[in-house]
Amino acid sequence: MTGQRLLKVKFPADPRILRKVREHVREACERGGCCEQVVSQIVLAVNEACSNIIRHAYKGSGAGEIILEIFNNGRELEFHLRDFAEPVDLTSIGPRDPREIKPGGLGTLFIREIMDECAYGHVQGKAGNFLHMKKRIA
Amino acid sequence: MSYAVRDDSGYAVVELTGDVDLSASPEARSAILGCLAQARNVLVDLSRVTYIDSSGVASLVEGYQTAKKKKLRFGLIGVSEAALSVLKLARLDKVFPIHATINERIRADG
Repeated sequence: MTGQRLLKVKFPADPRILRKVREHVREACERGGCCEQVVSQIVLAVNEACSNIIRHAYKGSGAGEIILEIFNNGRELEFHLRDFAEPVDLTSIGPRDPREIKPGGLGTLFIREIMDECAYGHVQGKAGNFLHMKKRIA
Repeated sequence: MSYAVRDDSGYAVVELTGDVDLSASPEARSAILGCLAQARNVLVDLSRVTYIDSSGVASLVEGYQTAKKKKLRFGLIGVSEAALSVLKLARLDKVFPIHATINERIRADG
């Protein structure tokens, strides 16, 4: 975790807050120097990550919180997402085959397509899961 | 997001407006599948969609698959730039029948 922090926001795991989160992410990425096309892609990927936490980690209950931090180290933007839900089965996270036409698995596919790196894990010694993503900007 | 449904030239045109994200996609899905449940051909008008995520795209995929099973016609019209870029990322821009307008779709139907 290096560089300048562009954003730290804590918000409820509620789909109705996603629009506001997208606005925060867009503004932070613009400050990070990303072009419009990259900003839009990042906004989509972070939205998908938050949606997956709401749907799968918190099981759509509407309860729980998410922390999102964005860092800029000059070469890439780092996105750190953390929840406080029960540990998810990390082996169950995966994109669908892009050749398949089915409704599920698209969010993870979008994240993998847009971000240069992503890593999921359990928060050691505490409840919750994390997702770290990186996007090269230089 | 808001939506409206109108009848036009043998289609139920489901017009979606605004952001189709996790908070709105259940409503979009219900509108699309509701029309198909009534055995109506469906066109989803995406010209006023400012943002769509995977849950919104999943609603379109479900509509497409349901229409296929029921041997009904399904397609997208007026796809906004914002929606098209997401459909391309999902590699679905060549799967859905996409036309600029309903008239173009009707001409394609022959």
